[in-house]
Amino acid sequence: MKTVAHIDEKTAVLDHLHSIPVPKQDPKERIRNFDEVSLGYTEQQALREASRCLSCPNPQCVKGCPVGVQIPEFIKLLKGKNYDQAISIVKKQNRLPAICGRVCPQEEQCQKFCLLGKKGQPVSIGRLERFVADLERTRGVTVPSITAAPTGKKVAVIGAGPAGLTVAADLAVLGHKVTMFEALHKAGGVLVYGIPEFRLPKSIVQAEIEYVEKLGVELCTDALAGRLFTIKELFENGFDAVFIGTGAGLPKFMGVPGENLSGIYSSNEFLIRVNLMKSYRFPETDTPISVGKRVVVIGGGNVAMDSARTALRLGAESVSLVYRRSREEVPAREEEILNAEEEGVVFKFLTSPTRFVGNELGKVIGMEYISCNLGEPDQSGRRKPVPIEGSKAVMDVDTVIVAIGRTPNPIIQNTTEGLKTAADGTIITDDTTGKTSFVGVYAGGDIATGEATVISAMGAGKKAAQSIHEYLTVNSFKKLNKISGRC
Amino acid sequence: MQISNVDQDCNCNINRNVIVSKQELSPQVKFIEVCAPEIAQKAKPGQFVMLRLDEDGERFPLTLVNWDKRKGTISLIFQEVGVSTKKLGKLPVKNTISNVAGPLGNPSEIKSLGLVVIVCGGVGTAAAYPIAKGFKEAGNRVISIIGARSKDLLILEDEMREVSDELYISTDDGSKGHKGFVSEVLNQLIEKGYPINIVYAIGPPLMMKAASNVTKPHCIKTMVSLNPIMVDGMGMCGACRVTVGDQTKFACVDGPEFDASIVDFAELVKRLKIYPEEEKLAAQFHEKAGGN
Repeated sequence: MKTVAHIDEKTAVLDHLHSIPVPKQDPKERIRNFDEVSLGYTEQQALREASRCLSCPNPQCVKGCPVGVQIPEFIKLLKGKNYDQAISIVKKQNRLPAICGRVCPQEEQCQKFCLLGKKGQPVSIGRLERFVADLERTRGVTVPSITAAPTGKKVAVIGAGPAGLTVAADLAVLGHKVTMFEALHKAGGVLVYGIPEFRLPKSIVQAEIEYVEKLGVELCTDALAGRLFTIKELFENGFDAVFIGTGAGLPKFMGVPGENLSGIYSSNEFLIRVNLMKSYRFPETDTPISVGKRVVVIGGGNVAMDSARTALRLGAESVSLVYRRSREEVPAREEEILNAEEEGVVFKFLTSPTRFVGNELGKVIGMEYISCNLGEPDQSGRRKPVPIEGSKAVMDVDTVIVAIGRTPNPIIQNTTEGLKTAADGTIITDDTTGKTSFVGVYAGGDIATGEATVISAMGAGKKAAQSIHEYLTVNSFKKLNKISGRC
Repeated sequence: MQISNVDQDCNCNINRNVIVSKQELSPQVKFIEVCAPEIAQKAKPGQFVMLRLDEDGERFPLTLVNWDKRKGTISLIFQEVGVSTKKLGKLPVKNTISNVAGPLGNPSEIKSLGLVVIVCGGVGTAAAYPIAKGFKEAGNRVISIIGARSKDLLILEDEMREVSDELYISTDDGSKGHKGFVSEVLNQLIEKGYPINIVYAIGPPLMMKAASNVTKPHCIKTMVSLNPIMVDGMGMCGACRVTVGDQTKFACVDGPEFDASIVDFAELVKRLKIYPEEEKLAAQFHEKAGGN
C-alpha cells in the first residue's frame, strides 16, 4: 500500500485537549486507488491517545454506545498494553469491532459524551477500538469453543448484514443451530455491497464472516426469502424462530422529469457495481460502469459521500455534491465530509435539482436546478429548503448519482400473512425485543427502523438474539419435519 | 427438441447448479437444463432467475422456461449476445454455474379468462412458453403467434403447438408462415372477430410495442414481460426502472409483467443501450483473452 503519513508532528503535541491525529493516505495519492484512506494508529499513537482517557468513575461515553461497550475498561487495558484483554472486553458487547471502529459515527455516540469534549477534543474511542481489533486480526483470531450445550433449536436468520451476523453469532454461542439466508451471492450486506473498500476493506468483513461461520453458523447464499421460501415454510421445515434483517431496500428517486435517462444511477446501483461486482476492474470483470468527466451526486448522507469519492477514484474530472440544505444540516459524518473535501469533491449547498436534460440517445447531459433558502423547520426538525424564484440554472453533467435514501424491500412483507408493517413499509417491531406481530419472528436493523447505522443494526441484533434465546428456552417445540437440504 | 432432456436421475441435490443437458436451438440460441431443486419446486410462469457464471462474472437475468419438480431441474434458453451469454453458451454439460438465484419477480396472473392470445418473437418465445402452458392448464383457449426473422430462427414451435389450440407462425422474410410481423397476425385475428380476453406479448421491445398498438384501439388488455438491465434482480439497485403510466416501477420487484398500454417503450429501448462502448470493449477483451 502506498502510505503517506499525513501528520504534522509539531501540532501533535500530547495534551489532554487535543487528540492524536490518525495517519491517512495523502489525498492526491488516494484518489487514484481504492486502498483504505485512514491507516489507523500505530501502537505508539494508540498508547498516547489512550493515555488521554480520564477513566471516569461514572463514564458517560458508555451511555452513548448503542451496544454498551465498556469503553474506559478496554482503554485502561490498552494503556497497560494488555491488548488481548482489551479486545475481549470490547467483544463482549460488540462482535464486529474492526468494522465499528471504522464506520460508527462515534462523534454522535460515545465520543459525544466524553468529558474531554467539553473543553477540547474527546478521546478518539473509535480509533482505539479499531487499533485493538486490527491487532487481534493480524495476530490471528482465536475462535472460542462453544461451551453452551446444544439446545436442539434451529433459527433462520434472513439477511447476512450487520444485524443478521450479530444475531447469528450470539445465538450460535448460546448453543442454537443457526442458518443464515443471504439473497445475494455474497454475505456481508451493506458492508460488502455498499461501503467502499477505501473506508472498510473487504478482507476485514470477510474475516468477520468467517468468524461467524467458525462458530457453526451455516451460510446459504442466493436464497431470497419470500420467493425461494416463505417465513411460514421455514417453520414447517423445522425452524423454531426467524430473524429478519434484510436491510435498507429499494432506492428512492426524486420524481423530477428525466430521472430515468441513462447515465443516472441510484447510489445503490453505482456502489453495488463497484463494490460487489468489482466493476473498477472492468473489462477483467464483466460488470461495466460508466463514469463521465463531470459527475454530480445528489444527497448529503454517508452514502452520498461514498458515491462521490468512488466516482473520483473511477477517474471523474470533477465531482459535485448537490445538497438542498446547508453545510449545517448535512447528515454525513464530519470525518467523511472532510475526507471528501480534501479529495476535491465540490459541495453545492442549498441546491435542488428540478429536471434532467438528455440527448437524442437518451443519455443525461444536463441538470437543471434551483437555488434554495432555508425556511421554517419541517417534521424532521431540520430547516426546510425553500426554492428561490427565478434562480433556475442548468449545469453540464455526464453522470448523476442519486443518493437520497431507500425504502424497505416489500417481498417478505408481501408474502408473509400476519406480519404487520408500518405505513413506510418497515416491519413493526417491539423496540426492546425485536418481536414482530408474527409469533417466533423477530426483525431488526434498517428493515425495522428505516435507514440507520451499522452499529444500531448490530444493537438491534443483540437485543433480538437475547429475546429469541428467551423465547426458545422457555417454549419447547416439537420439530415434526426435517429440513430438506439446500445447504 | 425436448424441453426436458435428462431421463436418468441427475442427482440434483448433490449436483447443484450443474448443467445437465444442453442443446442448440438455432444459431446463437441455446437451451440448458440446470440442477436447481429448490427453484424447480417454487417456480411459476413469468418468473426469472439471476445467474453469475464465475467470480468475475456479472449478474444477469434469464426467464424460467420450464422446470421439473421431480428431477429438480430448471430449463433456460438464451441468445448469445453479450459477454455473459457467450460464456454461458460455451460452458459444457457437467459444468457448474457459480450462482443461480430465484425464482424472482412476480408470477403471471394465471386464471380462467376465456380466450388468451400469446404473441412472441425470437428468444421471447422461451419466456412465453410457460405462460401459454399455464393458461392452457387453467382451462383457457390459447392461441399462440410465434415469430422470428426467418424460419431457421424459430424456436419451440412443437412445444408451443402442444400448449395452444391454434398456432400461427410469422417470419420477417416469409420463409415460413405469414410474411411480416407477429403483430400483423394479431391484427388479423382481431379483425376476424376473435373474442380475445387478454393478450400476452413477449419479445423485443419494438415487437411488444407493435402488439400493444394493435390491441389498444380495441381495448384488449395486453400484458408484456419486460427485460431491462438488472444488477441484483431483487429490489436493490433500481437499474431496471421503467416508466409505467406516470410512475417509475422496478421490473424486478414490481414486474416483470406490466400493462402494455401504459409502458414507456421508447425509454426502455434507450435504457437497454446504456453501455454500447463498454460492450464493445468487453467483447474485444474476451476475444483477445479467450482465443475466440
